[in-house]
Amino acid sequence: MSAPTGTAAAPPSATGRPGRRGVELTLLTAAVLISVLGYVITGVTRTGSVPDDALRYGAGLGALALLAHLAVRLRAPCADPLPLPIAVLLNGLGLVLIHRLDLEPPGGNAAPAQLVWSTLGVGLFIAVVTVLRDHRTLQRYAYLSVAAALVLMTVPIFFPAVNGARIWIRAGGLSFQPGEFAKILLAVFFAAYLAANHHTLSVTGRRLHRRLGRLRLPAGRVLGPVVTIWLVSVGVLVLERDLGTSLLFFGLFVVMLYVATGRTGWIAVGLLLAAAGAVAAGTLEPHVHGRVEDWLNPFATIEAGQGPGQVAQSLFAFGAGGLLGTGLGLGHSALIGFAATSDFVLATAGEELGLVGLTAVLVLYALLVARGYGYALRLRDPFGRLLAVGLSAIVALQVFVIAGGVTGLIPLTGMAMPFLAQGGSSVVTNWIIVALLIRLSDSARRAGPAPRPAGAVRHGGPAALPGGAVR
Amino acid sequence: MIRCVRRSAAFSLLLLAALPVQAARVQLVDAGELDRNPANRRGAIARYAVPRGEILAGGRPVTGSRDTGQQLRFERVYREGPLYAPVTGFSSQTYGTTMVEDAEDAMLSGADPALASLPLWRDLSRSRPAGADVATTVEPAVQRAAFTGLGGRRGAAVAVDPSTGRILALVSSPSYDPGVLSGTGRAAREAWAELNARPTQPMLNRAIRQTYPPGSTFKIVTAAAALDAGVVTDADAPTGTPSPYVLPGTRTRLPDASPGCGDASLAYAIQWSCNTVLAHLGTRVGAEGMRQAVTRFGFNDPGLRVPSPVVPSNFDTDMSADQLALSSIGQFDTTATPLQMALVAAAVANGGELRRPYLVDRITSGNGTRTLAHGRRYAARRAMGPLTARLLRELMVRVVEQGTGAAAALPYATVGGKTGTAQHGLGNSGVPYAWFISWAQAHDSARPGVAVAVVVEDAEAVRGHISGGGDAAPIARAMMAAALTVPSPD
Repeated sequence: MSAPTGTAAAPPSATGRPGRRGVELTLLTAAVLISVLGYVITGVTRTGSVPDDALRYGAGLGALALLAHLAVRLRAPCADPLPLPIAVLLNGLGLVLIHRLDLEPPGGNAAPAQLVWSTLGVGLFIAVVTVLRDHRTLQRYAYLSVAAALVLMTVPIFFPAVNGARIWIRAGGLSFQPGEFAKILLAVFFAAYLAANHHTLSVTGRRLHRRLGRLRLPAGRVLGPVVTIWLVSVGVLVLERDLGTSLLFFGLFVVMLYVATGRTGWIAVGLLLAAAGAVAAGTLEPHVHGRVEDWLNPFATIEAGQGPGQVAQSLFAFGAGGLLGTGLGLGHSALIGFAATSDFVLATAGEELGLVGLTAVLVLYALLVARGYGYALRLRDPFGRLLAVGLSAIVALQVFVIAGGVTGLIPLTGMAMPFLAQGGSSVVTNWIIVALLIRLSDSARRAGPAPRPAGAVRHGGPAALPGGAVR
Repeated sequence: MIRCVRRSAAFSLLLLAALPVQAARVQLVDAGELDRNPANRRGAIARYAVPRGEILAGGRPVTGSRDTGQQLRFERVYREGPLYAPVTGFSSQTYGTTMVEDAEDAMLSGADPALASLPLWRDLSRSRPAGADVATTVEPAVQRAAFTGLGGRRGAAVAVDPSTGRILALVSSPSYDPGVLSGTGRAAREAWAELNARPTQPMLNRAIRQTYPPGSTFKIVTAAAALDAGVVTDADAPTGTPSPYVLPGTRTRLPDASPGCGDASLAYAIQWSCNTVLAHLGTRVGAEGMRQAVTRFGFNDPGLRVPSPVVPSNFDTDMSADQLALSSIGQFDTTATPLQMALVAAAVANGGELRRPYLVDRITSGNGTRTLAHGRRYAARRAMGPLTARLLRELMVRVVEQGTGAAAALPYATVGGKTGTAQHGLGNSGVPYAWFISWAQAHDSARPGVAVAVVVEDAEAVRGHISGGGDAAPIARAMMAAALTVPSPD
């Protein structure tokens, strides 16, 4: 029974919710142990002996986990105990998989770099949890956020394309994907904008609803941002050839708009716009068109005598894994090629851990997403609620888009599997997302469950900032 | 707002739930098909992940494995590659496998289910057992004698143990080193192209994959048919055949190379290789009788494997009388592999019983501790009656002692043989093939220990003087000498 210690260290909040920091510590220990075990197994299967640095590696990961835990314990004592262990486990597992792929000839060194980025990510996690005492502070920086996001998104256009996508900034020896950060900033902006405007939006929505299916276009003032964001995402796609990010931004906005307004019509409008954008991009943009072709017929290159493409190699890897997998270090997902540690890292999980291991990983993401939505239900302020929805949707959409892409469910888009994939900006961003979720969960648990409104949500409550703060 | 949060949460989780469903489809339903896709390298990687089992001759490996450290890890190497190439074939990561490497590939590569002592554990652990060793029947001394004897000339030589069917030597010349084809690199591709471009066709296994007109060596088959059919009852009685002999239904005169063939006896005709007598006897046996006789010897059999497939030797089934006459002396469309002609000699030596030839003696795993399979000892088949066999033995001995095959004689053994010189090419313009088939029985042995067939394609002699006795018989002699010094395994 570790929960009582947790409550002892972290005094219960006003509503009497226990912090359950002890549960978190237990789960963290398990997460670190599982990661170290994976590292040891990889070493044994590849070289026949336990890697010399397994203890050092375990100690490092354990120290990071412990520091993060202490930050939560001190600064967000009522927070949900699940997100941090999930993040540590996914990050640790990702390090194992990247390290395992490093062992394939010609031999890479992505894992040490990833460890540095993970350390930075945990550092930022601690910083966010420590500095951000109340998530509502962020609401004040809505326009700064969107401005920063737009700048971050447009800067890579001036840098050369890497593997067909213009989403990188290269400086010195480091490469950096600013779009990753932009998605948090956009979520903050969307949450703040919609929290400030959702009253107007939902009122219009209800009127339309009463007219029994007669869809009237919302006023331009309301529609404006939707179209703007849609155009921006398509613009990003065309200029940077980044299908994934534009899809993510767009999906994020539609989900948040729907939650803010309660109007199903927005979903319809969103789907129509998305379909139009997707069809246009799929036919006109050659890079995207190629991805769609690969998806429709992943074995076309084989039939053409050019050998298997990445998607075909990825499917081969998943197929080779079967139910139980080959075991860590025993698969051949390195055949996928240069993106094995980044876009296709999930294929290694599928091949070496099997359907069982892959499902376990997906369940971890689903848990994180489900918990995030849970905070949204508990939080009373529209901004916090929308931010929780947005961050959860970011994780869900990312996981769906990339995992769906590598398993052949949807066309492949170059996105990073949160925590699992090699990529500094991605790991750092996802640690910030988890930090924000921790902060939101802390508030949610202090606030207690939201009252179930019979009809419209009550606005302008004590949790919400005065309307117009954003406008 | 609460309801919308719930709905969007449900939507998000629906998206995530689709992922394991799709993964299950790929990993369980499509997995087999994906594994079988020829572009999937995993099969090849697993195949070359463990060293291949060895092929043994005379109890010693003639193959080896080299750890390349590459993705396809182990590559085949061959000790004395050219000597054993017609037996081993090649095992190439680029060009596949041939001969024993091909016929026993599942055992050698470790893929055969019989190699897993615990099949369920193998399925769970997905480990591949080490390849099994394949011990061949080849005797290195006999193999080397044939290889040296041919000396790079185009041709082939086969030795079998008449009483068991064990193949003691299987040589094709000129040969090649299968090791140069093992890898996947540029060297293997260049070697492949170069070997295929050579006019001498070094990768053609002439011993079992090439047929030649057998010429006069086929007269043994015709004689057996005539004796078994009762067409000839007294081998020393005149056969009433004129020399030259006019082929039935034509004006073509068939000459003899040796004197004294006019109205000769069967015994004289075998000893001095009279064309006329045996062509005439073939027509007297008749098309159906000849067809049945050659079938008993193994002609026209497309199913023979040793375990590599052997191309069928041919004796036409639908011929005019003159064609039958020519066929009966090993001309016209009659063709035979060197292995087939070695079996003819073996059948005579073995009292008329023909043993099915085989090249794989034993398959063992775990450093020879566990025997997985034995070379087949097939039931003997009667190619001719025992009295016929005894008579033909006598006649073949005379060929060596007093006739055209003197070059095959051994001081410590009884040797029976038959020479052959086969015309071929357009209007018989090509350099004739020199043939020799024989068997030998050591004086201190109860039964013949070896039967041999040798063919030399480009016999280095002036046209007209080419003879099986001159070019092929010495090679057969060396092989028989080597075989008789090897202690029999029984």
